[in-house]
Amino acid sequence: MSRIASVFNKVGRKALIAYITIGYPSIEATMDTVPVLAKSGCDIIELGIPFSDPLADGTTIQKASHHALQNGVTTKICLEVASKLSRMVDTPLVFMGYYNPVLWYGIEPFCRDCAIAGVDGLIIPDLPPEEGSELEIATKGRGLDLIYLLAPTSTDGRIKLVTDRSRGFIYLVSVTGVTGARESLPADLEVFIARVKALARQPLCVGFGISTPQQAKQVACLADGVIVGSRVIKLMEENNSLASVGSFIKGLRQAIDKPTASG
Amino acid sequence: MQPDNRGYFGSYGGRFVPETLVPVLDELVEAYDRIKVDAAFWDEFNRLSQDYSGRPTPLYEAEGLSKHCGGARVFLKREDLAHTGAHKINNALGQGLLARRMGKHRIIAETGAGQHGVATAAVCAKLGLECIIYMGEEDMRRQSLNVFRMKLMGAEVRPVSGGSKTLKDAINEAIRDWVTYPRETHYLLGSVVGPHPYPTIVRDFQSIIGRETREQFLKKLGRLPDCIIACVGGGSNAIGIFYPFLEDKSVKLIGVEAAGRGINSGEHAAPLVAGRVGVLHGAKSYLLQDKNGQIRETHSVSAGLDYPGVGPEHSFLKDSGRVEYIAINDKEALDGFQMLCRTEGITPALESSHAIAHAARIAGSLDKDKAIVVNLSGRGDKDMDIVVGELGVQA
Repeated sequence: MSRIASVFNKVGRKALIAYITIGYPSIEATMDTVPVLAKSGCDIIELGIPFSDPLADGTTIQKASHHALQNGVTTKICLEVASKLSRMVDTPLVFMGYYNPVLWYGIEPFCRDCAIAGVDGLIIPDLPPEEGSELEIATKGRGLDLIYLLAPTSTDGRIKLVTDRSRGFIYLVSVTGVTGARESLPADLEVFIARVKALARQPLCVGFGISTPQQAKQVACLADGVIVGSRVIKLMEENNSLASVGSFIKGLRQAIDKPTASG
Repeated sequence: MQPDNRGYFGSYGGRFVPETLVPVLDELVEAYDRIKVDAAFWDEFNRLSQDYSGRPTPLYEAEGLSKHCGGARVFLKREDLAHTGAHKINNALGQGLLARRMGKHRIIAETGAGQHGVATAAVCAKLGLECIIYMGEEDMRRQSLNVFRMKLMGAEVRPVSGGSKTLKDAINEAIRDWVTYPRETHYLLGSVVGPHPYPTIVRDFQSIIGRETREQFLKKLGRLPDCIIACVGGGSNAIGIFYPFLEDKSVKLIGVEAAGRGINSGEHAAPLVAGRVGVLHGAKSYLLQDKNGQIRETHSVSAGLDYPGVGPEHSFLKDSGRVEYIAINDKEALDGFQMLCRTEGITPALESSHAIAHAARIAGSLDKDKAIVVNLSGRGDKDMDIVVGELGVQA
């Protein structure tokens, strides 16, 4: 069983997953923040590889990605950062990034170097399973999980396709849209999760638009994990101290632990 | 050729998009398959192409230009005379009718030079559809007349401030809108780029250019032309005129990309000439990227060619050798622009001026019994401010 899959083996515990963009606001900030995320209650950490054209991202992550590139962050640097972090924390690390930089680096060399760096999985938001065969083979060969996404527009046929292919967990995009904080969760989220649950055997983690403990708690009642991203990056922008990130994550942890404690 | 069922022309194309959009693209494939065999749809398309867009556009023998070049006879396919001033209306009309059939009343589009935006705004006004156009801030500045035209026709023009503030960024923003409102929106993509089935749909609507050209040329000369030349940004006017000639091996096909300040300067927009294969905006194709796989900023004097990618079918045609791709720089294009103004009294768009410049270059080296067709894809009214700025002409 992969390190990612084993996260979901703890009975009654819902997974908390946080995303940050590598190199934003600086590489040092990434190095300092990841241990805080791990210590404050994250079960998996997503490390964003910046891309010039992040078309699935809202303004917060677009800006982070743009600045990281201006800071000189490359795929090679991302691998070096991951390599250092994987020795500092036990929490599984997942790269999240667009397909072109991976293709440019070379699919097989990229997967080899991810494995060497101690990365556990990949999320590629612009790579649906129809285009993913080559990367699937390479990730399998290196013991990496290739995590696919599902969206509210996904048909039952597509849900079956992804449940056949996704490894580690399935990333449910809560809402039609790009990444970024939203005031409330979509009304049809429960129906969407139930549709996937009926067909999937993998754990289901929900992301996009989750930014408050209240929202995290609602999602944790329905799914196996909660993913936060843009809000963490906003906190890193607003405060130079890591305390705010730490207390935000602890707040989410408490919120998602409660439903199981009372039920 | 038709792409395979995953939307690949050889090894180019496909669908590299967020999951949210895959079912929407499936729906578009189904809708397009239905109208492809629906005679009533094509009757309406053909009727409006004639009465609204002004088709067929003339095939005009440019005797003044030919004489100036001193060689082959040069013919111009006058897409500049089509309604709204460019070939873009062909695709906008086709997709507008398709969107209405699909019950989608909210239309979004990207635009670079503004020609696709204007064509989309016109079709939406005509068909009673809501219209939102994404346009880079830099392009809004250099094509301000077209911004005004879109607004007059009831479109909302949303400025895009990300990245290089040009066509590439306008497409990113249009895709973000689409992923947010996928159920009610049709993305009226303006070129033969993007995920399957767009490269096929746009080509099919634009290939009316080549079908007319073929018929008109046969009627005039009783044979096929020796060479056809078209500019290539995303590549819709080029594929439109090339496609019906692909099987005619005697007809040389040349696509002209923008060399900007020169290929060696790195400031250009010529992915087929100087790019490498990658994935952008949902398709695998030749692409301008840096040594880390980040998409490079491009430069061209013409906003419509200022794009780092190109349609996947062009990538296929490059590799197969059926089409030759070359690049013309800003200065050569401006020379071509002036040459056509002076020899023919026609002001071409700066995009089309790239094709004119290359035609002029090769016409002189060919015998007088040879014939070249240039796709004059748009008119140059929108470019007057830029030309005045570049040439320092006193008004």
